[in-house]
Amino acid sequence: MGAEFVQFSLTPMLIGVFAAVACALPGNFLILRRQALIGDAISHVVLPGIVVAFLLTGTVAAIPMMLGAGVAAVVAVALIEAIRRLGGIEPGAAMGVTFTTLFAGGVLLLEQSDTSGVHLDVEHALMGNLESLIWFQADGWASLVDPVALAALPPELGRMATVCGLVLLATILFWRWLVMSTFDEGFAQAMGLPVSAIGLGLVTLAAISAVAAFDAVGSIIVIAMFICPPAAARLMTERLGVQVAWSVAFAVVSAVLGYVLAGYGPLWLGASNAVSAAGMIATVSGVILGLACLFAPHRARIGAGRSPDAV
Amino acid sequence: MDGFLDALLLDAGYNARLVAIGAGLLGLSAGAAGTFLFLRKRALVSDAVAHSTLPGIALAFIAMVALGGDGRWLPGLLIGSALSAWAGLLAVQAMTRRTRLSEDAAIGAVLSVFFGLGVVLLTVIQTMSAGRQAGLESFLLGSTAGMLYADAVTIAVGGALSVLAIWILRRPMTLVTFDAEYAAARGVNVPRVDLMIMGLVMAITVIGLKIVGLILIVAMLIIPPVTARFWTDRSGRVIWIAALVGGVSAYTGAALSAAAPALPTGPIIVLISAFLFALSLFFAPARGVAAALIARRRFQRRVHRRQGLLALARDEIIHDGLTLRVLQDEGLIRPDGVATEAGRAQAAKVARDEHRWAVAREVHQDSGLTGRYDGLTPIEEVFTPDEIEEFDRRIGGPVGVA
Amino acid sequence: MRKSTGQATLALAAEAGRTKLPDPVPGDCPMAIRGLTVSYGEKPAVFSVDARFAPGAMTAIIGPNGAGKSTLLKAALGVIPRVSGEVRVFGQPVEQARDRIAYVPQRASVDWDFPATVMDVVLMGLYRQVGLLRRLTGAHRAAARACLDRVGMADFAARQIGQLSGGQQQRVFLARALAQEADLYLLDEPFAGVDAATERAIIDVIKTLREEGKSVIAVHHDLTTVRRYFDHVFLINVRKVAEGPVDEAFTEAALNAAYGGSLAAPYLSQLELAG
Repeated sequence: MGAEFVQFSLTPMLIGVFAAVACALPGNFLILRRQALIGDAISHVVLPGIVVAFLLTGTVAAIPMMLGAGVAAVVAVALIEAIRRLGGIEPGAAMGVTFTTLFAGGVLLLEQSDTSGVHLDVEHALMGNLESLIWFQADGWASLVDPVALAALPPELGRMATVCGLVLLATILFWRWLVMSTFDEGFAQAMGLPVSAIGLGLVTLAAISAVAAFDAVGSIIVIAMFICPPAAARLMTERLGVQVAWSVAFAVVSAVLGYVLAGYGPLWLGASNAVSAAGMIATVSGVILGLACLFAPHRARIGAGRSPDAV
Repeated sequence: MDGFLDALLLDAGYNARLVAIGAGLLGLSAGAAGTFLFLRKRALVSDAVAHSTLPGIALAFIAMVALGGDGRWLPGLLIGSALSAWAGLLAVQAMTRRTRLSEDAAIGAVLSVFFGLGVVLLTVIQTMSAGRQAGLESFLLGSTAGMLYADAVTIAVGGALSVLAIWILRRPMTLVTFDAEYAAARGVNVPRVDLMIMGLVMAITVIGLKIVGLILIVAMLIIPPVTARFWTDRSGRVIWIAALVGGVSAYTGAALSAAAPALPTGPIIVLISAFLFALSLFFAPARGVAAALIARRRFQRRVHRRQGLLALARDEIIHDGLTLRVLQDEGLIRPDGVATEAGRAQAAKVARDEHRWAVAREVHQDSGLTGRYDGLTPIEEVFTPDEIEEFDRRIGGPVGVA
Repeated sequence: MRKSTGQATLALAAEAGRTKLPDPVPGDCPMAIRGLTVSYGEKPAVFSVDARFAPGAMTAIIGPNGAGKSTLLKAALGVIPRVSGEVRVFGQPVEQARDRIAYVPQRASVDWDFPATVMDVVLMGLYRQVGLLRRLTGAHRAAARACLDRVGMADFAARQIGQLSGGQQQRVFLARALAQEADLYLLDEPFAGVDAATERAIIDVIKTLREEGKSVIAVHHDLTTVRRYFDHVFLINVRKVAEGPVDEAFTEAALNAAYGGSLAAPYLSQLELAG
């Protein structure tokens, strides 16, 4: 654990952690609101967003890409709402129509435009490129206090840390609004809370996390982190505050363990190449959720009966 | 354009012809099966199923290579994908049944985790010597370009079989999706029919992987039924309209991409069906947005017109902007708010009908008809002329309005 | 126009008309409604309803299923949008009177599997006091505990809400409303699906509220308890049928008009009807 770790593993691992936490935080509320799949929808529409941004600006610079993705996420949410309300269609189906259409549009645009000179393709958008976000200038732990080396940190790290901090701050500041409108929307509205704005704000927060995270780690992690850590955390406790803390812990463990397993696991098994870190982080979060489903103290529903589901 | 027409008319080579026919059949059955799924409110379960195929494809490839094979043999890959899709479906069900998590969370979790695992396995394959040209990425977004003859046959036969299966099973599936309780009362085994629907969806997903890809296959199952809902309220027809939308989109999409190989097949198919959806959303005569907007506006104006007239009848001052506008548009009041001749006559009629209703509710207390006393249904629609005459007699004295 | 007994209170057609209230509405009127229309699609759920609830009274909103009882309450609060109409609470628009309104939604309207304790839910009633960021102090918790005590649930403060019985859930909702220290209490079906002990506990609390001079309006569907629990009624079936003190408005004619004659005579005879 020396120079090589700092140079090759520290930054991607940190970026993974920040991305995972930024997604897991809003994920807690999305799950309680039965909107878990909004995260799914958002992460699919990131692709058309960045493709349009690329076509407009001709570059793959981070800021226009993220703006494009953010706009696409907002458009998608608005479309889902519009289809749901105007057409009287259930939210799941409205979501399915919207995100597949936008994703298809994104793929088509991408295939039709000349992106040979830049690193922009569907697989990158899905799987990210966590392994490549290394810290070239670092030559050991001492680099952490070396301004020259610090200046060469991959910009994704700063961005992801900022977004993670922003999401954390928003969650704390608006905690009461989020809790009240999630638990009892009618009461919250009668209390004068702006429930529509809160709902929209939550989705926007999720979109910001998704957009920032996708840039570094790809869409798969985004969906997995929106859902798996909060879902596992829900099974651990009956207090919302504690649940959110668990979800952050699970997110961190998934990111760190996933990265380590992807990078070093194959070596331990005698293979020579690492496997996809993003995929492995998602897999680890799934394993955690699976374990929680089997053993967590509050896994079963209590009190009111469950709705009978078919098949 | 010529190429597209050739392809559309099945004139673009044997493979393209087979693929287009296979896609059309698949779209047909996806539309129908998707309707069953949609009406059971489980549309997005199919998304979890679709994403769950990836680790199966990868494992099947690895297994076939390990057994000394080529690894790209399509039926083998499809069997692998079906097995892991089944595992994904079971995981969704176990999570919703045995834990407190809701179905949407279970769907999202399975979808992302299986897909993540699949990506890990894909990177493993890339490091295998046989894996360099595995081309498994084509299963993500679908590709018909350069498809092998055997693959095209597999898809065409699969598409035909799925249509056949739907035709055979259409009765019990229709019964269950439109009224599960009634079906159960008639002795239909509802869980088994639900299982058949999921099995069908899985089969369609697996067959469609090569054409549309696992990310977008869900669109073939969701968009057609949602589109069909705008055209009819008749339960039986939804299925066939959805099948038609699905079939047309898939066939046209496949033909288009055969003519222009640079266009990826899956996205084209999805966009064509999305186009049909958008058309229906706005312009469908029964439930489209345009129709609903017009109806809504008309309704609001009717409410305000009636309330304004009542106010006129009682010489009350009207404050509400919309009410004033509606009355003025119809020439019932002057710009200064004073009732015109026509306005007074109409107000008198509305007031008289109110009186008639008051009497009607007294006379017909036991009747379901008074339930239609919503203030907007004209009394002439509910009661016969001689009944109304009777009300007027009770009110006393003829009221002089036309 | 021919008039029959009891029809004086059958407001039927006589009141509908304008959608704006005249100025000023007296400040002691807990809730005044004019021309309120709510519609789900083409079919009005509540049509052109006028109402003027009595101060310091316990009013039951009654009517058959689907008559728009809850809809009226929610639309008056602005929880669902209205097609037309105006609402004043203590003479002010609802938005400016939020501090004076406590609302108890239907128990079934929330997911009780939510990760929260009884105390967490009651503390939500203090939101107008503490706002978004102010810290909850011991005094706040003591106030919430006192409210729980009033509904007989003081020992359940730390209980997870999913573990409560239906009646206990209803009491928690009532305690949350008490924490708001409002002047007008709006209750949506407070007795639906609760046990007899809870029903007694709730009615005791409501009666205490009236003694404190508060106004209570409750959506209610058990006609047999109207006379015992309430002093005013508001009958609705999409449109207003009657309103007034129980002694004047709770008549057979009004009930027949609201329920379309579907109530059997033996049943009606148990209701101690007026007129």
